[in-house]
Amino acid sequence: MTHAHSDHATPGSQRYLCSDVGKPVLAQRVHAEAEIEGLPYGKATTINGVTVSLHPAGHLLGSAQVRVEQRGRVEVVSGDYKVAPDGTCAAFEVVPCDRFITESTFGLPVYRWRGDDETTTEMLAWWGGNRDAGRTSVVFAYALGKAQRVLHMLQTGVDELPGPVVVHGAVKRFVDVYRDAGVALPEVDTSTDGSRKACKGKGLVVAPPSVLGTPWLRKFAPYSTAFASGWMAIRGNRRRRGVDRGFVVSDHADWPGLLDTIRATGCRSVGVTHGYTEVLVRYLREQGMDADVVPTRYEGESDSEKEPPMTTDDHG
Amino acid sequence: MRRFTQLFLEVDRTTRTSEKTAALRRYFEEAPPEDAAWALAVLTGQKLIRRVSYKRLRAWAGEATGYGDWLLGECHSSVGDLSETLSLILPPAKAPRPDEPLRRVVEERILPLAQMTEAEQRTALLGAWDAFDGTERFLFHKLISGNFRFGAARKVVVNALAAAAGVDPAVMQHRLSGRYTPSVAAFGALLSADDGDNDDPARPYPFYLAHQLDDPPTVHAMGQPSDWRAEWKWDGIRAQLIRRSGQTLLWSRGDELITDAFPELRAAGDLLSDGTVLDGEVLAWDEDQPLPFGSLQKRLNRKRVEMMLFVDVPVVFMAYDALEADGQDLRQTDTDARRAVLERLLPGDAALRLSPLIAFESWDELAVLRAESRDRGVEGVMLKRAEASYGTGRTDRGSWWKWKVDPYTVDCVMVYAQRGTGRRSTLYTDYTFAVWDGDERGQGELVPVTKAYSGLTDEEFAKVDRFIRGHSTGKKGSFREVKPELVFEIAFEGINASDRHKSGVALRFPRMHRWRTEKKPTEADTLGSLKRLLDARPS
Ligand SMILES: [Zn+2]
Repeated sequence: MTHAHSDHATPGSQRYLCSDVGKPVLAQRVHAEAEIEGLPYGKATTINGVTVSLHPAGHLLGSAQVRVEQRGRVEVVSGDYKVAPDGTCAAFEVVPCDRFITESTFGLPVYRWRGDDETTTEMLAWWGGNRDAGRTSVVFAYALGKAQRVLHMLQTGVDELPGPVVVHGAVKRFVDVYRDAGVALPEVDTSTDGSRKACKGKGLVVAPPSVLGTPWLRKFAPYSTAFASGWMAIRGNRRRRGVDRGFVVSDHADWPGLLDTIRATGCRSVGVTHGYTEVLVRYLREQGMDADVVPTRYEGESDSEKEPPMTTDDHG
Repeated sequence: MRRFTQLFLEVDRTTRTSEKTAALRRYFEEAPPEDAAWALAVLTGQKLIRRVSYKRLRAWAGEATGYGDWLLGECHSSVGDLSETLSLILPPAKAPRPDEPLRRVVEERILPLAQMTEAEQRTALLGAWDAFDGTERFLFHKLISGNFRFGAARKVVVNALAAAAGVDPAVMQHRLSGRYTPSVAAFGALLSADDGDNDDPARPYPFYLAHQLDDPPTVHAMGQPSDWRAEWKWDGIRAQLIRRSGQTLLWSRGDELITDAFPELRAAGDLLSDGTVLDGEVLAWDEDQPLPFGSLQKRLNRKRVEMMLFVDVPVVFMAYDALEADGQDLRQTDTDARRAVLERLLPGDAALRLSPLIAFESWDELAVLRAESRDRGVEGVMLKRAEASYGTGRTDRGSWWKWKVDPYTVDCVMVYAQRGTGRRSTLYTDYTFAVWDGDERGQGELVPVTKAYSGLTDEEFAKVDRFIRGHSTGKKGSFREVKPELVFEIAFEGINASDRHKSGVALRFPRMHRWRTEKKPTEADTLGSLKRLLDARPS
């Protein structure tokens, strides 16, 4: 398993192999009876005569690139990856290889991330402004990875947070896993009569976007809403979400990140999957590289993955 | 232009009208007037220059980035907006520069573009790309694109400006009517305090709005018919005709001054005595029948009414209420009393008509009369409680009811799709619909008859969007050809003959009534059946 997001890790198998840090994360996603084997980053194991090792992908806690080697040929599958380091997981490492299979979720030149510091400052200013206006601040973020990342950014961005934090149960599960792994996160509560009372009008709510329009969220009214995602770099996406603010927080490589990484691996061939595959392949070929599209099982949906996903399961 | 950029962000980052208004008001109060004068022009939709061509911008952006045009095209189509695309892909600006006030950006960088050769424009643009970054760069592109929509409706801007000046919004609307030429003097005049003599005639009364009656009226629900007055429900532009201080003004319900579009109504209003306000409907009119609404739109869309159109589309003001007479506010008097005044006031000018009362003894009788609505070119009937005063907005429920005839419907097949605009620019939400061209369902060819882009839930739009992406059979400009498979029930209010459409008909107010997931495309309706509706209409 590269990582525990539901479009990469599905329940139903009897045995899983993932990074040792990723074990408790994956355990939340698969059957209790499933056997999960954890492999430390960089440590090799042999499966059917193929040497297999896992290397940090910087995407979320325990995320890994998979390196396979046989008879001197090395191929690396990136899974989802983010180049810039952050404090919630091991930083991405370039793994030299002959063939590199890269994701391309944000494989368009319009996607260029800024540093987290700027975004953190913006989020804190927004939260403070809402508190002054007597409104709860609601951030929609994917329950695994993004939510913890947002919380970590806020925690490390300021000495004292502007108010208490309430998270959705789906977020809380992974907050606990992250905290056990030693990631610095603020005190959080799930939604109870008491925590709502303390949070309403001044605190922060972090929840998956699926709570929009539900009674769960309405209990925090009045509130201002924000969406934390790489898709928020495009204004139209934010408007379509119907949120007040969009914070560009992505767990994926941006356009320069994809190109730099491909170059740095020294690979002679690139497989492009998950995202703007055609665009990236065409661009790489123009640059004289050997590149091809690696189909995914989502291929049947034509180019719909080219657009920001509408489902609550997205994790841009 | 940092202050202007801040304003843009403040307005952009909230969906609350009150916060948008407050941000605009602060800007008008705080910004240097020489900048605010230009900002107001932009905010009220004035084009600064004819836009620099997209083709050129893309070519220069290609030079600056080294990206091929196909890649810029991919970016543009994914983002949906060239200004934003450019602001995102261009290299970061060179060293940070001191703030350039909006006036300087407009007068020194933007307006001169209009007189420049292509080569000069190129140099100017490359210079601007070095100077601006992020949101400033985005706004710069918006300012030269000629289609800048600021995220605040004109009304919000007018209200904010009115608040900054400390005058009534209607007064500000009045001051802003006609051409606003950006200058410190003109901006200062707008912000001046209320000046009774010039500002007084401006203020219309809030329109009283009718509620929709879904079920036929009964004695049980509505009481005795004798307690009610009935009129036809006219299908035009709701308006107030105001004659005060020697001026005639025509206000639409959207709080727009539309006097200039209807010179014959201004002339008719000039005959009224001072201190008169009438409520009614602007209608295109021929002899004794209203003309389809479309003919009225032709007039509204033109700034200057040409003589030909004047003759082609005669217009009347169908008055149905008197809100002020001899300078007295009549709104607290009852319907019958106001009606009596109205009948006395009308000068008998052909352009100023009295909406007739419909005589009826029973609710059943009224239902029979209502069935004639389509033949009469009206939308149904209006019911007004005889003893009611003139209410405000929609708050006084139960005094005015509109009882409309049901819309027409037709089952159509979706054949093309376009991306939406604004918040829907990343989804395919604008569809073209077709019916079978002959008289037989499923026979012959599908011929497009109408476009529609409203009526579905966000969820349905998302589903249809996915279908379109998976079943696109080709592209024609911004249109995607879609496999003709999805059937929608389209509701519409009327049908006109049209030589601009291949089908020969044009539908009025088409919208998606229902997604007929249970229907096959072969079960869609025919052009023949639509054309029979056309024949049934009064000519
Ligand atoms: Zn992922």
